[in-house]
Parts: sequence; C-alpha cells; structure tokens
Amino acid sequence: MPISALTGTRLRERRLALGLRQADVAQAAGVSASYLNLIEHNRRRVTVEVLEALSGVLGLPAAALQDGAGGALLEDLRAAAARAGAGGGAGAGAGAAGGAELDRVEEFAGRFPGWAAVVVALERRAAGLERAVEALNDRMTHDPHLSASLHEVLSAVSSVRSTAEILAEPGEIAPAWRERFLRNLFADSERLAAGSEALVAYLDGAGQEGLQGIVSPQEEFEAWLAGRGWHLPELEPDVGARDGVAAGEAADAEPDGVRALSAAARVLAAAWLERAAGEARALPLAVLQTAGAGVAEPPDPVLLARQAGISVVAVLRRLALMPGSAAGLVLCDGSGTLTFRKPAEGFAVPRFGAACPLWPLFAALARPGSPVLWDVVTAGRGARRFRALAWCDLRHPDGVGGVELREAGMLIWPLGGGAGALGGRALEVGTSCRICARGGCPARREPSIVGDIG
Amino acid sequence: MARRVLLIEDEPNIAEAIWFILNRDGCQVATLADGLGAAEAVRADRPDLVIVDLMLPGCSGLDVVKAIRADPATEAVPVLMLTAKGQGRDREAAEQAGVDRFMTKPFSNADMLASVRALLAR
Repeated sequence: MPISALTGTRLRERRLALGLRQADVAQAAGVSASYLNLIEHNRRRVTVEVLEALSGVLGLPAAALQDGAGGALLEDLRAAAARAGAGGGAGAGAGAAGGAELDRVEEFAGRFPGWAAVVVALERRAAGLERAVEALNDRMTHDPHLSASLHEVLSAVSSVRSTAEILAEPGEIAPAWRERFLRNLFADSERLAAGSEALVAYLDGAGQEGLQGIVSPQEEFEAWLAGRGWHLPELEPDVGARDGVAAGEAADAEPDGVRALSAAARVLAAAWLERAAGEARALPLAVLQTAGAGVAEPPDPVLLARQAGISVVAVLRRLALMPGSAAGLVLCDGSGTLTFRKPAEGFAVPRFGAACPLWPLFAALARPGSPVLWDVVTAGRGARRFRALAWCDLRHPDGVGGVELREAGMLIWPLGGGAGALGGRALEVGTSCRICARGGCPARREPSIVGDIG
Repeated sequence: MARRVLLIEDEPNIAEAIWFILNRDGCQVATLADGLGAAEAVRADRPDLVIVDLMLPGCSGLDVVKAIRADPATEAVPVLMLTAKGQGRDREAAEQAGVDRFMTKPFSNADMLASVRALLAR
C-alpha cells in the first residue's frame, strides 16, 4: 500500500484540527509519542498497521492518507487551475494555470484537503453556472425578470471565481485574509445555491414566483386558471342547478377575472370556457366524482369517454380539473408543442422550450386512439411516482380532404401508498433536458445545467 | 511610487478580491460601494485608474464615466468597466461613454491584472 511523503503532515493536520495531544493519540494508537512525532514530521515512513491504528484514532479513513487517494482531487485542482488559466488568457504574465503553483498542488491538497475540496466544488459550481449563463444569454434581452436573476448569479459567480483563484495559491495568503476569503466563499456559495434554485424554479415554472415573469398569453391564461384553483364551478350544470341557476345560464356567465386578461389571453380563455362548458354538460361532476371516489388510481378515461360520448382527451381534462384534484395535465398539438400545462406537485412542467421526450404524452401523439400507460418517476432529488395516462385524438375539421389535427393529453396522477404498481420498471422522466438531472439519458438533447447528469 | 486605483463596485466580496489582487500587485486601492459622488472622488483624488461596475446603486457606471469624461480635470483618467451583462449594446454604450476597457463578469484574476497593468502603462 503506497504511503505518501505527506502522510505525516496530514496526520498532524488532522490531530490538530481535532484538538488532540500528540501523546494521547500515540497512546491510543499503541505507539510512542516520539515515534508519532517523527511520523508527523515525515521523518519516518509509517507502516500500514500503524497507519490504520492512527487513522482509527483520528476518525479518518486510512485511504485518505495514502498516495493516490487524493489523485482525483489533485486532478480536479489541476483542471481548475488550467481552466482559470484558459479564462485568464496569456496576459498579466500568468502561466497556463492562471498563476497557481502546480508544482505545489500536492502540498496544498495534503495540508488543506478540506479547503482543496471546497475550491474544486466551487470551481465546478462556477463552471456549471457559467454554462447556464451562456445558454440563457439570449433570453436576457427579452425577459427583465430573468435578467435580474442572472445578474445576481453572475455577481456571485464572479466573486467565487476570483476568491477561489486567490485561495488556490498556497502559502501566499496571510491567515486573516484566508479566513476572510473562506467566509466570503461560504457566503457566496449560499447565495449561489439560493440563486440557482430560484433560477431553476423560475425556468420550470413550478413556483408562484414564475408568475411575475409571464411572457405569453398562454401563461397568462394558465396563471388565471391556477388562481381559480384550476376549476370553474360556474361551468358545472349540476352545481348551477343546485344553486338555483338554470342549466346553460351558468356557462354563459363570464368567470371573474377574464376581463382583466390581455386581449390574446382572453381569446384563449373564451375558447377554453366554451369547450369546458360542453364537456361539463356531457360528463357531470357527480359522475366523475363517483368514478374517482375512493380509488388510488385514475378511473378509466376510455370507459368514461364512451359513457359520456366525448373524446378521451376531454375526459383527461375533466379528471385533472375536478375541484381539489392533485393530478397534473399537459396537452400538446401535433407538433409536440405544449398547449396547456397544469403541473402536479413534484412533477414540474417546462415553462419554455420542449418537454422531456420520454413523456408518454409523445408516445401517444404517434399512436392516436391507443392508450399509453406508464408509471413514471421524476429524475433528480425528491423523486416522486406518478401514473401517466396519455391519449391522442385525431380531428379532421375540414372533412376528408382537409388537414388532420392531433391533440394529445397526459394525465399525471400522483400515486399514493394504496396504488398498485404496473408491471415492469417505472419510467424515469424529467422536465426538459436543460434542467433535468437524469444521468445517461438516451433521449437527452442537450447538457443539463443542474446537478450531476452522469 | 504605488499606482493609485479607485474601485467602484457594490458587491463587497468582488471588491475585496479585486482589492487584494491589485494591492498585492503593488497598487494602492481605494473603494466606493456606489456611484454617487464617484466623479467628485475622482476629481479630488486623481487616481491613476478607475475601475467601475456598470450596474451600481444610485448612479450607473455609465453616468460615472460620462461625468469623469466631462470634467477637463479628470477626462484623461483611464477607466476599466466591469459588467455582468456582456451584450454588444452594453459594450457599445460603454465605449461611447469613454470607457477604455470592458470586462465581463465572471473574469479571471489574471485577466484583471493584465488589463490594469496595460491601462496603468499608458
């Protein structure tokens, strides 16, 4: 087992960090204090047995003290230095490593392994955020909310980069300055974490904050519907009758807030309201609630559609927009463009750009009239399980010689403990490639800007 | 004799890092956290170089540069502008205002030093 020339230094650093006396550690490890002293000053090669005893006393894996154990860390530090050099160009007399003393990298990693890991982690984070900034640069000119968010992230990245570069130069910084820069790094890393989370939440539209940056009539309409709890009781004939309103009259009334929408969003709302009123008459709430009552899984939309004489996609809409429904719903047209988005908790739907190509929605789009049923789990942290039920309707509004239109829908039904599992493995899906953490995805279109993508 | 640099940057951690690397390079660095009164400080202290962030509270970096260039006593002071916005139109506006050099955040310390040295050598 190879043992580094700096093993003693690392042992000493660790002991001092723990506030232990040399004599106490030596006694606990079964060696003399003078022998430990020689080891700590790298004047004696430590045997494997003694190393294991010392690492046990110091609560440190023996592997962490050996040559090669920090190989990956050293490589990462060298890469960070090279990257800093590449960013720094040839100016200022900087070397290829941006001024970092590459010949002392092992000493740095050996004496300060924790700080070295911090430098590498921050460098990686900065690199990831730089990629994000590059990818999103175009949008800055169109979206002032995003511009402000990115400015905040860029400022933190700038601070991290400059500070990390300073810290990556071992032996030249006074302890007070080093402490100060480490505090700055810590503060900026927290700021970056918060900033990047806010940015991702904004991009995937999962949070209410996203509403501040509404940029399209579709978003405006969806925000209005979300504000109504995704349900419009005035369109329900059975509710109207119960409240003493003749069937049909309720549907004619314009729901609150529609007039406040932009003209384009009002057009979308009007079309939606007309269609939703017809679907409510065909498939009354009472029937839906009976079908869905007490079951952990979604009721069969094909059977409900046959019963009500409406399309399967219309049933998916009714199921997702029942009062209090936790189910999500996405609709798309024949091009795959999302035309309606109701996210389910734990299943984010992209606000901009294309969705995850693995969604069963798109499989259904290619097979009109055939149900596509999958259990899906969301990629990344806090993975949740859903039953995804997708269907595609075909329409020929101009008759036989006219265009063929497709509308596909996917119901996203949160699965509780009582739900049975479908056969086979659940399909791991994301939101959209740019913010998806799924590793090794065969359908990936572009690199992710978040997390490890494997 | 140490070259004097006035750094106008509202992000304290960035200002601290820049202060450190320039100070270590032999510069005497004074800092301001906003653009208000920056032009007056330049007139009073006559630094050898001004480093100014584009987006500042109170008064934008562009306004600071315009004020420096409008004053015969300070019009020749070289100015390096920092910005988190790298679009062409920002660069163009900076050049029109009289900025000598433009750096986009995040920048490397080596780039920063190279730019400062080049501007001080003029």
